[in-house]
Amino acid sequence: MSWLLVYPILIPLLTAVLSYLFRTTPAGRWISVAGMVALLVASIALMAQVLERGVVAAQMSNWPAPFGITLVADLLGGVMVVITAITGLATVVYALSEISPRLERLGFHALLHTLLMGVCGAFVTGDLFNLYVWFEVMLISSFGLLVLGASREQLDGGIKYVLLNLVSTVMFLAGTGLLYGMTGTLNMADLHLAVREVQNTGLLTTVAVMFMVAFGVKAALFPLFFWLPASYHTPPVAVSAIFAGLLTKVGVYALIRAFTLIFDQDVAFTHTILLWLAVFTMVTGVLGAAAMNDFRRILSFHIISQIGYMILGLALYTPLGLVGAVFYLVHHIIVKANLFFVSGVAKRIGGSTDLARLGGLYAHAPLLAFLFLIPAFSLAGFPPLSGFWAKYVVVKAALDLEMWVVAGVSLAVGLLTIFSMTKIWGAAFWPAHPDGIKPRLSDLPVFDRVALMAPIIALAVLTCVIGLYPEPFVQFAERAAGQLLDPTDYVETVLGVRP
Amino acid sequence: MELLLALSVGVLVATAVYLMLDRNVLRFLFGLVLLSNAVNLTIFASGRLTPGAPPLIEPGDYAPAGVVANALPQALVLTAIVIGFGLMAFTLALVYRAYMSLGTVNSDEMRVAEPADAGKEAGK
Repeated sequence: MSWLLVYPILIPLLTAVLSYLFRTTPAGRWISVAGMVALLVASIALMAQVLERGVVAAQMSNWPAPFGITLVADLLGGVMVVITAITGLATVVYALSEISPRLERLGFHALLHTLLMGVCGAFVTGDLFNLYVWFEVMLISSFGLLVLGASREQLDGGIKYVLLNLVSTVMFLAGTGLLYGMTGTLNMADLHLAVREVQNTGLLTTVAVMFMVAFGVKAALFPLFFWLPASYHTPPVAVSAIFAGLLTKVGVYALIRAFTLIFDQDVAFTHTILLWLAVFTMVTGVLGAAAMNDFRRILSFHIISQIGYMILGLALYTPLGLVGAVFYLVHHIIVKANLFFVSGVAKRIGGSTDLARLGGLYAHAPLLAFLFLIPAFSLAGFPPLSGFWAKYVVVKAALDLEMWVVAGVSLAVGLLTIFSMTKIWGAAFWPAHPDGIKPRLSDLPVFDRVALMAPIIALAVLTCVIGLYPEPFVQFAERAAGQLLDPTDYVETVLGVRP
Repeated sequence: MELLLALSVGVLVATAVYLMLDRNVLRFLFGLVLLSNAVNLTIFASGRLTPGAPPLIEPGDYAPAGVVANALPQALVLTAIVIGFGLMAFTLALVYRAYMSLGTVNSDEMRVAEPADAGKEAGK
């Protein structure tokens, strides 16, 4: 079996234990950073193997599939693990400056690593019930991170986040049980074959919709997203950033996986629902953002809006649509985490995230202003940044199917995105600060300046690289989409037989 | 037996939905507990009920002889019960802490993170 598939789960687990044991000393946070670097190395090694061999699978305890638990990585799973490690490393470096020793003593780093263990586990598992377990690992750590410190805002947002996510969990579990009752298997590759034998297709579609609701809550789809804008602006910025970057995208990943590998028997029904959900998600998200007056709350609503584009790519269910979905997924994680980091620095030097209480960032911190513009323009889809290519591919896929309304709406949403980005610019960066503060980066101690700015610069460079050299990334997304639409390799690698 | 299980699942879900429509967060949570138990029963029933045939293997054999009950759904239910118990314990503690800190368990009055007057302030 390939140990490379186990490392993305084992490394965060070990790091979590060690950083918890040393949480009262400065060693704890450096163990945490070292663990993230190790995770990044392991994920790149896994990715290299996936690129070389196609799909990689490992049977736990040598129980042959479909009886045991299978870990499997195709191109999508592999790239998601890499991007998880990159976001994790950026977050932990940022947290060196932001997270107070008090929160570290409460176990911030241990929770962060168990969260990543859950996320990586969800990306590499090949078993539906195991996916449920990883979702739970991820969920319980995110609960901990969200309310860590227990301020009034955090508890208020936390209640809504916890309760609505628990409903989705129950739904996921019910769907898994019913699917097992119909097919007698939980292995996803085996399910791909088994659903074709099911006579009662109506019941199968019902279960498909249960999964759609369950993953839709996680991915913050319309009309199931209300927990997100209620909670994402309340925790420390490092937590917000990793939530915004990764957590909803695990839901999107699960939707893509389930609705390409398992539920592809009634595409005309299920994917049409997804299509209109995607359109409404884009529109409500961007309108919600336009109504907000707080840096982080605007960004939270934009997550929802952008989720719409990814689901749109899935719903179109053409090769180009899925290329767009995969490309968008990767681009969005980088850009969104980066914008939250920028909002955190703005809060640190400007004293608030409320737009009415911010100002003067352009005059006194031009570097930060420049680094805000890169992800902001990328989010809105300006060429030549990564967001332009992501939007271009999705909209092109919609136009190819002659879906004029859908394509028109997604372009209009892009325009509204730039509206709310200029709103942030016009309030936080352009005018003078209302309290006469001069928000300078140079007022920060050197260590904080490096820890806060390094992740922002690194992620901005990554955005520019994807934007300026999109060719290899698009080709990669094409290969990943090909694997999703024709999972023969996936099934063969997991089960060992040609379907 | 399936009928009895189906009826109890129905009653549990109906009660759960009734409770979850309440603004009181604590009642919502109790509804969630009932709902997760209904789901556990669903998994149990969808694994087919085979009464009086424990999945035991005779010494020396590699597979059970004859028809035996399916042990996997019970393992799934067991896992789900354990996870559910942990989550409920955490959520109860969270609700209690929120009550101490916010002074209410009514979800309509929980507006600290999303103040209702945020829009008005923007207008001025």
